[in-house]
Amino acid sequence: MLKIEDLWVSIDGRQVLQGVNFSMDYGEINVLFGPNGAGKTTFMMTLMGFPRYNIDKGKIYFKGVDITNQGLHERAQLGLGISFQRPPTVRGVTLQKMIDIIANNGSDDAAITEKIEQLNLSGHLQRGLNDGFSGGEMKRSELLQLMVQSPELVLIDEPESGVDMENISLVGNAINALLGKDKVKDPKRGAIIITHTGYILDFVNADKGYIVFDGVLVCRGNPRDILSEIKGHGYRRCAECR
Amino acid sequence: MPVRESYLLEIREKAENAKDKKAAIGPDIDLSRYTQHIERGKIESLESLAMQAKEAAIMTGISLEEEQRAGSFLQVDQSVVYESLNKAYEGQLEIMSTTDALTRYDWLEEYFWKSVPVDQDKYTAQAALNMTHGYFIRVFPHQKPEYPVQSCLLVAENYISQNVHNIIVVEEGAELQVITGCTLSKNDAEGIHLGISEFYVKKGGKLFFTMIHNWADNFHVRPRTWVVVEEDGAFVSNYVLLKPVKSIQAFPVAHLKGDRASAKFNTVVYGLKDSYIDLGSRIILEGKETRGESIARTIAADESVIYSRGDLIAKTKDHCVAHLDCRGIVFSPKADIYAIPQLISHGALKAELSHEASIGPIAEEQVEYLMSRGISKEDAISVITSGFLNLDIPYIPEFLDKNIKEVIQVTSREAL
Repeated sequence: MLKIEDLWVSIDGRQVLQGVNFSMDYGEINVLFGPNGAGKTTFMMTLMGFPRYNIDKGKIYFKGVDITNQGLHERAQLGLGISFQRPPTVRGVTLQKMIDIIANNGSDDAAITEKIEQLNLSGHLQRGLNDGFSGGEMKRSELLQLMVQSPELVLIDEPESGVDMENISLVGNAINALLGKDKVKDPKRGAIIITHTGYILDFVNADKGYIVFDGVLVCRGNPRDILSEIKGHGYRRCAECR
Repeated sequence: MPVRESYLLEIREKAENAKDKKAAIGPDIDLSRYTQHIERGKIESLESLAMQAKEAAIMTGISLEEEQRAGSFLQVDQSVVYESLNKAYEGQLEIMSTTDALTRYDWLEEYFWKSVPVDQDKYTAQAALNMTHGYFIRVFPHQKPEYPVQSCLLVAENYISQNVHNIIVVEEGAELQVITGCTLSKNDAEGIHLGISEFYVKKGGKLFFTMIHNWADNFHVRPRTWVVVEEDGAFVSNYVLLKPVKSIQAFPVAHLKGDRASAKFNTVVYGLKDSYIDLGSRIILEGKETRGESIARTIAADESVIYSRGDLIAKTKDHCVAHLDCRGIVFSPKADIYAIPQLISHGALKAELSHEASIGPIAEEQVEYLMSRGISKEDAISVITSGFLNLDIPYIPEFLDKNIKEVIQVTSREAL
């Protein structure tokens, strides 16, 4: 589904990613760990195609297509979707308006209404996007938009940040619904999730975990094992692995 | 009984003395260029208008079928060609030309040139000396027609000075919605529209007034508006200018005379070509616990110049509160916006006046956010810009919204 070869990325002339190689199959859920500033978000934003993230070298293939030079909205149309850690506020554009625009491809109205109710966002539809939303509301709004967009590969940046414990289960269940894990069929959705705390692993059954350290992937394994290693020793040993 | 001749004479004298008086702001217009006078006959229905006039009227929100309208008033050049009152609303309100009202009601002296000073400048003077109708709408006490009255002031010929005087009286406890379209049926028409508007909202009354201006490259516009709001009354104005204009200068006033009176101005301006646009709103808070709000959204594209003014003036010794929110986006390196908010307190110790004014670009971050949902850059800019302009105004037809989105797509390319 996704293959990345020797990816070097800089932001405003500063080298952040330094030769990342990565691949994943359809339906896989991968989790990225790593200290602040290691390059996790850069990795995700580069995959999505944000212009600020400059690809100096390397290739990105998605569903067999070389998307290295493709623009942001083209990648979204091809099947990539992102849930932001801190999405921007867009005051004049309501959540309802955004849902209507994304759903323009003929999504079922009743199904959307059901999702809105599941995510407890009925009262937010007429508000500007993320305008005064709490951390949990933002995450739920992001996931609602992604559910309507229905991407094949979902990039989720820190789903737990700013979310209280009560909302984490709601967010976790929404991620499972988004990835089709609540259904028997629908094996094609994949995800890359960045997590600091690992709380989300209580709700989402991740396949693989990675540690991003100093702009490279230094470690791959069972996500729960990696999380307990980090909890026990922090990222001290990552430098040695590198 | 008509209005006293001596009063009308007094008005004329004042106007004569001011006919060369330049306006305090805005470019000076040589009115001697606009002397064409055309009389037109009545029409049976709005459907029987000429095709170009029909299209122009529709673009300002006029419903030709008159469905969901309490009544209609149409003036073409200097003639009132159509007035109608929906039968369902007979006994609730009346609509006629101001000229007719002056011959019918002597009490109109209490309203006619009582709030807008006739000697304010050469434009008010011209409107008094050469008045060519305008509408008079009165809603009777405690009547609340469900649908709006629509009026259209249309200019169809060159070198016309359309000098209308509009009066609206919302009697005690009554409510009225008005949608007014001022427009041209010729895109290259050269001329001027002088619109005097004096609105009176009586105790507990409410007036919701929406005005759409569709002018063109060679047309000047000088409206002069004053709204008096009595105790517990409310005035809401939605003003939309989305097409080019040679020059427009207006600074409507809402005078909150009565206690707990309120006023709200929503102004949406999109400057195109070399339009010179000087618009604002002034709220005078005189009664106790009066409230005012003025929201302006302006976009300057091409080589347009926009002055976005707002005055909040507190005169009461009691508590009052008002806020001014004035935001602009410049789309073109050749366009200018001047945001001029002004808060004035005349010994109003308990007045709470505030403003926020800003001019800035569309945030790239917002555009990219929408693009990450699969929306093209052009569409993302259009959605954000439309949202910024806040075109969610009642009775604005959908196609007008669509039309402005197309304009935004073309003009916003330079913005990022």
